Amino acid sequence: MAQVLEIRWHGRGGQGAKTAAILLGEAAASVGKYIQAFPEYGPERMGAPVLAFNRISDEPVRVHCHVANPRIVVVLDPTLIGKNDVTSGVPEDGVYLVNTNLTPAEMRAKLKVKGGKVYTVDATQISIDTIGRAIPNTPMMGALIRATGLMTLEEFIADTRHKLEMKFRSKPEVIEGNIKAIERAYQEVQSE
Amino acid sequence: MSKRVAITGNEAVAQAMRQINPDVVAAYPITPQTEIVQIFSTFVADGDVDTEFVTVESEHSAMSATIGASAAGARAMTATSSQGLALMWEMLYIAAGLRLPIVAPVVNRALSAPINIHCDHSDTMGARDSGWIQLYSENAQEAYDNLIQAVRIAEHADVQLPVMVCMDGFIVSHGMENAELLDDDVVRSFIGQRTPKHSLLDVDRPATFGALDFADWYFEHRRQLAEAQTHVKGVVLDVAKEFAKVSGRSYDLFEAYRLDDAELAVVVLNSAAGTAKEVVDDLRDKGMKAGLLKIRLFRPFPHEEIVAALAGKKAIAVLDRADGLSTMGGPVFVDVRSAMYDAPGPKMVNYIYGLGGRDIDTEQIAGVYWDLARIAETGKVTSPVTYLGVRE
Repeated sequence: MAQVLEIRWHGRGGQGAKTAAILLGEAAASVGKYIQAFPEYGPERMGAPVLAFNRISDEPVRVHCHVANPRIVVVLDPTLIGKNDVTSGVPEDGVYLVNTNLTPAEMRAKLKVKGGKVYTVDATQISIDTIGRAIPNTPMMGALIRATGLMTLEEFIADTRHKLEMKFRSKPEVIEGNIKAIERAYQEVQSE
Repeated sequence: MSKRVAITGNEAVAQAMRQINPDVVAAYPITPQTEIVQIFSTFVADGDVDTEFVTVESEHSAMSATIGASAAGARAMTATSSQGLALMWEMLYIAAGLRLPIVAPVVNRALSAPINIHCDHSDTMGARDSGWIQLYSENAQEAYDNLIQAVRIAEHADVQLPVMVCMDGFIVSHGMENAELLDDDVVRSFIGQRTPKHSLLDVDRPATFGALDFADWYFEHRRQLAEAQTHVKGVVLDVAKEFAKVSGRSYDLFEAYRLDDAELAVVVLNSAAGTAKEVVDDLRDKGMKAGLLKIRLFRPFPHEEIVAALAGKKAIAVLDRADGLSTMGGPVFVDVRSAMYDAPGPKMVNYIYGLGGRDIDTEQIAGVYWDLARIAETGKVTSPVTYLGVRE
């Protein structure tokens, strides 16, 4: 099987987990990667735990089953930890990226994982500062680009700016706020 | 030139509909199809298409309006899923019986009860004997390509039949993946104009559609409908050949994946075929002679070609994402096994999987191949029909 990077996003309805997976997929596709981006569709309620997934590869992605063993887990809402098993199916060397004001070492203790890598970033605070509301998905993508080296920050911002411009034509401040959020999270993400 | 984009199945199908630019679209929303028509309606509002867009009060009316438009000589389309297709039921037979070349994407979704919005093939399998041609699609790319080819197949003078283009609900319809879209002018010149031999609006050569037809002629007309089905295979292959010239992508009646020298074969359609290909590669690396047959044209059923491709295999498993509830297996199994009756006999088993969106993964499909290996070795089938991935 071709090397496929699998990512699982944990969030709550309204935090933009699905949008993040889609934007990441589109950005990866824009630099020539083969991708999948899809949420798990359940009853859609604001605040309920939601999952979204990415597959990213240099070869066409053919499988159409769920992502069971993601190498990367992104947690948009740290209150999910302990309630939902965010570590489920993750290999020993798995990578965790968590939206929290805790340090990676503190978060590792909460996650109860031994191997792999833990990254943290306070994406909620960053989004309040830059966008004006708690919407952690775009800063988390900036942190993820840094943690994975999937593509350069410039490549990612170019594609995401284009997508945001299509969506928020009448609200340029939203576009700039999101771009700033991505850049700040890229800078501020902490590793061990 | 075509370009590779990140796109969902619904978006890809909506783009194909924009490029086809049908004269009439009549549709009613239903999950997971809604997006197709919703996106298409923005093309109508923005003036990107010349389509007369008819919002109707039900799927029964959607199919009725599409039938009326097609009989009038228009290139007419609709789209639906699940209960919507079920509500079109009586009109489906009329579309086929009137020999109307309607093209309809159908996003596969389970039927109630219990209520469920996720993927299985119960909806289109229920329509398999309606006289519609059915093309199945593994991914967004195939759904897009099949829809464009469907216009040519439906309208071909020797066919004149409606075509359903099926893709898996949510898994493909809402999942984003890569696909290459053709340029608008390439699609437009590929599909050309519809030139119906008879139509309601052709006042110089008046014709009646749907007239009363009793014991004197009904049988002959139904016989002609059956005869038309025999022309479909050849036309599907001809259209595929031409499509390959403009797209670089080749299509057949089915895809034989590492099947030629395989001893153990799985037959499947739609998105699970992609997952199964990964399993085949993996098992080949382990030394198993595994192969896959992915059906594209399910109606009419290309039985001679399928038998030729499967003859001589030691054991075959047919995977059905719908249950026939006959106690003898799912609809694809019943057809494949019936077709294989006259072929030198591989052992055949059936697996019903994935109902209501239940995930099917590589491990489960690998398990099917290991079952086949055991059957091939012992020559014994202990369970002809197995429910895969269900709590018993």
